[in-house]
Amino acid sequence: MTTTKSPALPLPLPAAKALVLAGGLATAASTFIHWTWTSEFPGDLTVDGYPGGLQILTLAAGLLIALFSLPLYGVKGTRWLTPAGPNAPVLVLGAAAAATTWFTLIAIATELGGLANLEPGGWIAGVASLLPLIGALGLPQTGPTVGLPSSGGVLAITRHYLGSFTRLVGPNPDLAPVKPLNRWVETLIIIAVAGLGLTVFTYGIVTEYGELFIGFLILTALGTWALMRAGLVSRLTALTARHRGTTTAAAFAAAAAFPFTQSDDHFASVGVNILIFATVALGLNVVVGLAGLLDLGYVAFLGVGAYAAALVSGSTSSPVGLHLPFWGAALVGMAAALVFGVVIGAPTLRLRGDYLAIVTLGFGEIFRIAVNSLDGVSGPKVTNGPNGIRNIPDLDILGFDFGQAHTFGSFTLGRFANYFLLMLLVTAFVVTVFSRANDSRIGRAWVAIREDETAAQAMGINGFKLKLLAFALGAALAGLAGTVMAHVSYSVVPDPYQFAGAVPPNSAFLVAAVVLGGMGTIAGPLLGATLLYLIPEKLVFLKEYQLLVFGIALVLLMRLRPEGLIANRRAQLEFHDKDTDTAAPAETDDAPASTDPGSTAGLTTAGA
Amino acid sequence: MTTQTVPAPRPEGTAAATPLLEASGVVMRFGGLTAVNNVDLTVNTGEIVGLIGPNGAGKTTFFNCLTGLYVPTEGTVRYQGTVLPPKPHLVTSAGIARTFQNIRLFANMTVLENVLVGRHTRTKEGLLSALLRGPGYKKAEAEGREKAMELLEFIGLDHKADHLSRNLPYGEQRKLEIARAMASEPGLLLLDEPTAGMNPQETRAAEELVFAIRDKGISILVIEHDMRFIFNLCDRTAVLVQGQKIVEGDKETVQNDERVITAYLGAPLEGATDTAASTEADQ
Repeated sequence: MTTTKSPALPLPLPAAKALVLAGGLATAASTFIHWTWTSEFPGDLTVDGYPGGLQILTLAAGLLIALFSLPLYGVKGTRWLTPAGPNAPVLVLGAAAAATTWFTLIAIATELGGLANLEPGGWIAGVASLLPLIGALGLPQTGPTVGLPSSGGVLAITRHYLGSFTRLVGPNPDLAPVKPLNRWVETLIIIAVAGLGLTVFTYGIVTEYGELFIGFLILTALGTWALMRAGLVSRLTALTARHRGTTTAAAFAAAAAFPFTQSDDHFASVGVNILIFATVALGLNVVVGLAGLLDLGYVAFLGVGAYAAALVSGSTSSPVGLHLPFWGAALVGMAAALVFGVVIGAPTLRLRGDYLAIVTLGFGEIFRIAVNSLDGVSGPKVTNGPNGIRNIPDLDILGFDFGQAHTFGSFTLGRFANYFLLMLLVTAFVVTVFSRANDSRIGRAWVAIREDETAAQAMGINGFKLKLLAFALGAALAGLAGTVMAHVSYSVVPDPYQFAGAVPPNSAFLVAAVVLGGMGTIAGPLLGATLLYLIPEKLVFLKEYQLLVFGIALVLLMRLRPEGLIANRRAQLEFHDKDTDTAAPAETDDAPASTDPGSTAGLTTAGA
Repeated sequence: MTTQTVPAPRPEGTAAATPLLEASGVVMRFGGLTAVNNVDLTVNTGEIVGLIGPNGAGKTTFFNCLTGLYVPTEGTVRYQGTVLPPKPHLVTSAGIARTFQNIRLFANMTVLENVLVGRHTRTKEGLLSALLRGPGYKKAEAEGREKAMELLEFIGLDHKADHLSRNLPYGEQRKLEIARAMASEPGLLLLDEPTAGMNPQETRAAEELVFAIRDKGISILVIEHDMRFIFNLCDRTAVLVQGQKIVEGDKETVQNDERVITAYLGAPLEGATDTAASTEADQ
């Protein structure tokens, strides 16, 4: 598969290279002129002289292309950018620039009602953004070239070209290891990457309107692909593997720096909710990802933790007149969730597979209905039914009042920023628990049960006991997150703890976050939860179609990348073993069609 | 160790050998079907015992009865004099390990991890010690890895410790399954068709492996269809037909037993010989 093929487009090599570089620069330059005439389109793209809104994304894409075309010309000192060859990354980046730009143009045309709303600047950007893609198609790529679709409807043709593009780009490289750099240089690189990650993440979180967020997602997704294809990601992975401690510290520091980058407490509240959701997803990952038990009622454990903490929080509407300090409330929340987990797990874990999923789904709903009924009318007065437990006082740890804004030098941390930092500690705790449990005798036994329960038992593993342990640990971690959640949201009501809803956290979203992100990994559920929280938050314009679009996106993603966004080393092999086999014959099929002019038209469509 | 040196049967004096596994009167019924009917079998310390029989004779079912996967309807199985508990994981910790007829490795774990899972009953570190990562935990983990690597060396797979077990070729998967079973430090190893699907060279290698395991002091009970393999290997062989043990003994006894030949080749049609005789008489 690594043999060099003839390019998809018959261009002379110097022309192709020049087209990439010039196109990248032109794309970047085109963002400095106005694309539309009215500022009705969000982000104000009417200004000449400096880019705004979505233009910034196009600018970034253009500059990235220009940067990555330097190794294309063999410029000294830039080869490290593309250890696996510059042709494929440039191709993906070309697609990224074209996709971002054309998404913007189409959004302008549809929202303002017609192509007439595009000023010449918009057209220039549109054409300029296609140049790098065309140029990159003229470079020899490692993958097979694109053939014509055999037949079929629009979907089949789209699928054909998307698949052809993926094959053209080729698989992500498996690089031979290189000599480690100086220790301090490597540390600096890790810090720089953490800083870059924080910048990108912060940009995504503070996007003010849905169009910008979609553009951001397109650019980040394709940009990440380009970096992976360039081999930078695998270089970085090798580097972080050497400095595990530094990497963890840098990632933690970058996350902790997030509230300091915000002057507005609103995004800190988004951040803390993401952290809660992500932490619970990571807890669920113990149950689903490691032990392989599909739990569709997991949000109930978050609820148990939240209710338990609320009851002992000293709230005026709590029937328990207790006011424990936070560590006490956290322990109570964890213990309550743990007990609840064991009580539910003991009878249900004798079931396997789908039966377990259905029973846990039932128990999740029973929890919600039960707390709705414990209102003093249909049951004893514990939870105040639908009214919930309100006026939960803010935490006060060692005299630090979480309800007040605190000023440190030139930084002001608001209420949500305080809770963000507290929740970050909880997340770090859960990450530690997950990674240590995973890499141990117990974790191996869980994975063995997931793989083949009968064989695991024959190896001396007490299946029931270990499954119950996974269930209990997962429940306790969710309960811990629940204790913070109760304080963050002032009140605890039964509604969020349901199976499915439009807003996370609910059981369906939690399972989706784990599966989407990547089962059995740490970064996977964190990333999955972040995306699943931000997408409904940002795409409010979809209104009632939100869940529909969300569902379609999930189906597509599972079709294209069944192992999740961040693949476990094991899962990666599991799902893509066959691809290499099937790609080989496809290669020979498609090769004769390489000179067909139709193939290029198709690729541009795929890119746009 | 080579095959030539082996067939020498153990001296008759081993009659005094201590019985390791004693199955007496084992009956396994599934509804109206009696899969295993009143089978007695003894495996002595240091012995290799074969279990043969046509397809569907109940060999694997009998294995499952021995390992706690099935609870026998009647009869008892004793290991070192004590009745085995009816749970597979307890049987393993008591000292009986097994392999499966259709390989059941943990496909998406590495070779080393598979063997480490096999050591589950011989290690005690719980969740708490894994979370705290004290010195005791690290020591136990390092020791476990060392022992697992020793086993991989023993079967000749140490160079592939980091490969996913699903990516191993068939013969190596079979070997790995044996190593995984041996990791539980058993006194008795049950092998369910260890050479199924192997070519003659691989089969010979498997024979040597089985002898090497026996020389480590582990007794072996093996189900197999390959007669040469069985007769090269086993001190005693039991034949199971339709759930019943019809004969047990050394190579000659089994090979010359008419019931065994009947079970494998079918009985000559009695009527057919009669008619042949009568036609002859007619002429």
